[in-house]
Amino acid sequence: MPESESTEVAAQSPVGAEGRRRFLKLIAIGGGTALAGYYLAQFPGVVPAPPEGLEGVPQRTRRWTMLIDLRRCDGCGLCTDACRLEHNVADGQEWMKVYTRTDNDGEFFLPRPCMHCENAPCIKVCPVNATFYNEDGLVVIDEQRCIGCRYCMAACPYDARYFNWSEPVEGDEILSPTRERGHEDHQRGVVEKCMFCAHRTDEGRLPACVVGCPMGAIYFGDANEDFLSNGPEKIRLSAVLASQEAFRWKEELGTEPRVYYLPARR
Amino acid sequence: MGKILVTRLEKRLMLPLVRFGPRFWIFTAALLAVIAWGAYAYSVQLREGLAVTGMRDRVSWGLYVSTFVFFIGISHAGTLVSAILRVTHAEWRKPITRLAEAITAFALIVGATMVIIDLGRPDRLQHVLLYGRIESPILWDFISISFYLAGSLLYLYLPLIPDLGTLRDKMPRRARIRRWLYSRLAARWGDTPEQRAHLDRAIAVMAVLIIPVAVSVHTVVSWIFGMTLRVGWQSTIFGPYFVVGAIFSGIATIIIVMAAVRWLFHLEKQILPVHFRNLGLMLLALDIALMYFTLSEYLTASYMGASRDASWLSLLASGPYAPMFWGMVFGGFLAPALILGITRARMVRWTVIAAVLANVGMWFERYLIVVPSMAAPQMPTEVATYWPTWVEWSILAAAVAGFTLLLVIFSKLFPVVSIWEVQEHVSALPKTVPATQEAIE
Repeated sequence: MPESESTEVAAQSPVGAEGRRRFLKLIAIGGGTALAGYYLAQFPGVVPAPPEGLEGVPQRTRRWTMLIDLRRCDGCGLCTDACRLEHNVADGQEWMKVYTRTDNDGEFFLPRPCMHCENAPCIKVCPVNATFYNEDGLVVIDEQRCIGCRYCMAACPYDARYFNWSEPVEGDEILSPTRERGHEDHQRGVVEKCMFCAHRTDEGRLPACVVGCPMGAIYFGDANEDFLSNGPEKIRLSAVLASQEAFRWKEELGTEPRVYYLPARR
Repeated sequence: MGKILVTRLEKRLMLPLVRFGPRFWIFTAALLAVIAWGAYAYSVQLREGLAVTGMRDRVSWGLYVSTFVFFIGISHAGTLVSAILRVTHAEWRKPITRLAEAITAFALIVGATMVIIDLGRPDRLQHVLLYGRIESPILWDFISISFYLAGSLLYLYLPLIPDLGTLRDKMPRRARIRRWLYSRLAARWGDTPEQRAHLDRAIAVMAVLIIPVAVSVHTVVSWIFGMTLRVGWQSTIFGPYFVVGAIFSGIATIIIVMAAVRWLFHLEKQILPVHFRNLGLMLLALDIALMYFTLSEYLTASYMGASRDASWLSLLASGPYAPMFWGMVFGGFLAPALILGITRARMVRWTVIAAVLANVGMWFERYLIVVPSMAAPQMPTEVATYWPTWVEWSILAAAVAGFTLLLVIFSKLFPVVSIWEVQEHVSALPKTVPATQEAIE
């Protein structure tokens, strides 16, 4: 007699099936709320909406591109210094780093900014959307959001990312009061890197490293306009890519870097 | 004063809960000292930043991440082993499932803590909830590990309920707080047939559910590495490779903890040589699978000698990591296999030695997966160097001590061997042992 049995049991233990069911229901409600909260957080509204009147207009109007002529680079490192001054880069970091390589004809140099990959591995892995494409498609970092997990550094194939391991220390040359800064405040425990001087390009100025290069080896501009400049000279990107042996670093990885190189030996 | 009848088994298993000898206090004090030292080291790290570690921009993950992977691996001990044995009705498992389940829960807690310690901005941990991107493997981990921890705690708790009822009824009167605790946790367990049926069902469901969750956990941990473009990490076999390694180190941990508990609490009648023998055989099987995976991982990378593979492999085979690498292969994988493979050596002592070797080897393995892949140059530059600092070693020691302390506390609050399941097991044996009734109090 299953019926009488169960009533007997219910009498013995006051918390019977009902209490358990209520408990499970509470768990289900709690879990459901957490999940719903998660999906709401994914929703637009948390992410800034496009400016009024611009809905539907393509957000990316620029395709910032850099071209570095390795034949002109003499490895002086002034691009690195210009970058350090511009961004108040912490000691021990080189957002624009010049690598030295040796081949049969001797040494040559490879300056490496952030490649601002169009298929950026760092952006893919970031757990909190602290690194993302800005409206011009540049790979930028929100230092206020970064949790310092450094997954993006593990994912970057170009070693372009740097971590503020300690309180960032400003170099002596940084202290000039007239200097305009790309970064006012660096903070400990977050990742930073080259940002293609987004604050300068917004004003129509060339990045600091481009201006800082005495050899005119670095060209910068908008690929949509097919127009790059190193300051004094102006070039057509499409013409250079078609006529010269331009390459991108680690093309085979499919990261689609925005930085092209012209070989050191031709 | 009414006398409470306690069986000999109950007495044996409840004694550790009421008897606190000097050995316990000294051991606990030593563990607390190590943890306090680790906490001090972490406070230094919070004050000065991660610069106090050996990590730098090139090798930006080190000891903490390796230890995270190691402890998450250990957590597979538990649930996976005990769940699989439960699902397959392996009766011999009964005295050891609780230990395995406790190891799981505590290893998860310690492992997850290691990630938080590794963060540059632990004060922003809530960003993972507020802004979490489901596309990031770290989120996969976060979700998977949360599920596993919740499931493991539930799976640890459910089979505890009947014992909590026993404890509520039979603990000495003077242990008033504990009696209160047990009576709350026992959830009015009355040992009725209906309650039994529900409990059996709940345990069976959890055992089945927890297996895929456990497999997913170490799979997505491996995918943190596997999803990158780095040499040595971008490997299709990383998921199963990590899961096999996880179960391997998990079983090894059960064997070690089992031996410690058996010796400390005099449970020679409950934890038998057959348990060491069976777990030793499982360890051997996993060891062989692990060696197979290791061979396919490194042979496919080395055979053609692609330049980027070669520069990474040379670090392992003959470079700065060679002592660790060959130590892992010979000491951590081959030696345990030999020890466990020789039938005569399949004694308790040798099984424990093999388990210790296996666990040290597995910690090496985790370290060798994380560090050399980052040290190998991926740009035209030198090999990066990394050596953990005193801060990292101290926190590692504190993690091991914390894991041990959690087990010690657990063993002093709850019977480490499931009383009701062993009783069931004993009464199911053909020769029933007359349960001697003894009175305490």
